[in-house]
Amino acid sequence: MSDLRPDLAVIAANVAQGARVLDVGCGDGALMAVLRDRLGVDARGLEIDPENVSSAVARGLSVIQGNAEADLVDYPDDSFDYAILSQTLQTTMRPDLVLEQLLRIGRQAFVSFPNFAHWRVRLSLLWGGRMPVTRLLPVAWYETPNIHHVTIDDFRALLKERGITVEGAWFLNGDKATTAAAANFRAEHAVFLLQR
Amino acid sequence: MIDDARFGLSRTVSLPGPLLLDSGAKLSPVEIAYETYGLLNADKSNAILICHALTGDQYVASVHPTTGKPGWWTRMVGPGKPIDPARHFIICANVLGSCMGSSGPAAIEPSSLTAYGMRFPVITIRDMVRAQAMLLDHLGVDRLHAVVGGSMGGMQALSWPATYPDRVEAALVIASTARHSAQNIAFHEVGRQAIMADPKWRGGDYYADADPPSAGLAVARMAAHITYLSEAGLTEKFGRKLQGRDAKTFGFDADFQIESYLRHQGLSFTDRFDANSYLYITRAMDYFDLAEEHGGHLAHAFKASRARFCLISFDTDWLYPTAESRAIVHALNAAGAPVSFVELKSPFGHDAFLLESPELNRIADGFLRAGESR
Repeated sequence: MSDLRPDLAVIAANVAQGARVLDVGCGDGALMAVLRDRLGVDARGLEIDPENVSSAVARGLSVIQGNAEADLVDYPDDSFDYAILSQTLQTTMRPDLVLEQLLRIGRQAFVSFPNFAHWRVRLSLLWGGRMPVTRLLPVAWYETPNIHHVTIDDFRALLKERGITVEGAWFLNGDKATTAAAANFRAEHAVFLLQR
Repeated sequence: MIDDARFGLSRTVSLPGPLLLDSGAKLSPVEIAYETYGLLNADKSNAILICHALTGDQYVASVHPTTGKPGWWTRMVGPGKPIDPARHFIICANVLGSCMGSSGPAAIEPSSLTAYGMRFPVITIRDMVRAQAMLLDHLGVDRLHAVVGGSMGGMQALSWPATYPDRVEAALVIASTARHSAQNIAFHEVGRQAIMADPKWRGGDYYADADPPSAGLAVARMAAHITYLSEAGLTEKFGRKLQGRDAKTFGFDADFQIESYLRHQGLSFTDRFDANSYLYITRAMDYFDLAEEHGGHLAHAFKASRARFCLISFDTDWLYPTAESRAIVHALNAAGAPVSFVELKSPFGHDAFLLESPELNRIADGFLRAGESR
């Protein structure tokens, strides 16, 4: 699964065969196609960009044009084994409410996001005094879709406060794993598997 | 199958029925005019039913016998198109109530040997679908690889898996709705009143002397045609441009290009369409409320269906706006059905589904192929 983005590869490696999956912010359906073709997953997608939706549907995937904040409320409780939100949490108006919806719709949820406490980000802000532009945060502050930057420790704190269980966590620097202890400093991005 | 008279262009069949209608009336016989393209494969798994819109007909991809114009959806149906006779067995039938050869008010009533006129029973979208199912039985098609339709065709495409959940594998619903809104009904009522206000309508009994209520039907078409276009599209095409003159005439000629255009649309429509059929079909559309047919819950309509769904709307369509498609998507999600949805950009309003749209074709092609062996 090396053709997938590293966080997606982690998710694909940890989804059960034949599961029902909702990929929120599925892009052009790259992860969904892998899950369907290699694991026989019943995958559904939600994507905001119409061109991406068209590409995904043209691949034979079931994808709905919509956005997480407006449209997740329409899905019934427990309708999926997994709800996936990859690199999208930090773009939402209310990440906490989106997280609640994910865990209502899916029995479990995969959430991945870029870590705003990675040392490069810290250095950039500390020494440069400027909003960081890095490999995972490539867009300048005025046009970035990332309106709620979050660190791994911030996210852990939110999970604790809301009583959400962590079933798995992967911390990545590029496609290399980092330990949980050093993650907030060393990981560029994180993938969590969560459960209510 | 090549020599089988059931298959090919300009076919008609008279099925004994009776067809039990939603109104409680029975229709017998049931005449259906239809066309087929391509060949039904050995395991009968490649049949696609195309459902036409209010004023459409069975000539989806062949020359119209009255107007001489090419089929109404050659952008979607034909060699190399998403619906391709080389791969698919394509069926398109004139809907019940229409006037291109299927049973409708202009057809001959067996008991009186005259045209039905207003004695033709009021029909529904579901009745149209039932008649199509009778045709499929006649053609030996048990299951549809897909049912495809835009506008009123989309209503039938939705009604198909709700009515025959075991006979449909996929439904492609374009620029459509699961129910007619008050505004939709209002526009249709304007059209019907225009027809019935024409002194030539005579209670619908105008067939014998070949003097139909063309003026009323033309006005009905003019009013409806406005709803098929977007305000921006009208402005871009016509604006306030004058028709073949340099100044206003201070009279009531068609000074503006838009007036001339609408008059032409209305008039040319009367050459190919029957006023009573217009009454019956608009009534069927107004009565359409798929949720109402299923205890008030749209999701219940799809509970028994295993079909895949794809819904497409257009951002400038104010006749069946995107919100209507979203409501259907919501219900399909609630029913757990595999559903895709996208709103496409187009300046052309409701009519966009009939026009050139590479994106529409790309989606339709991917959606239909997903159900074929990859």
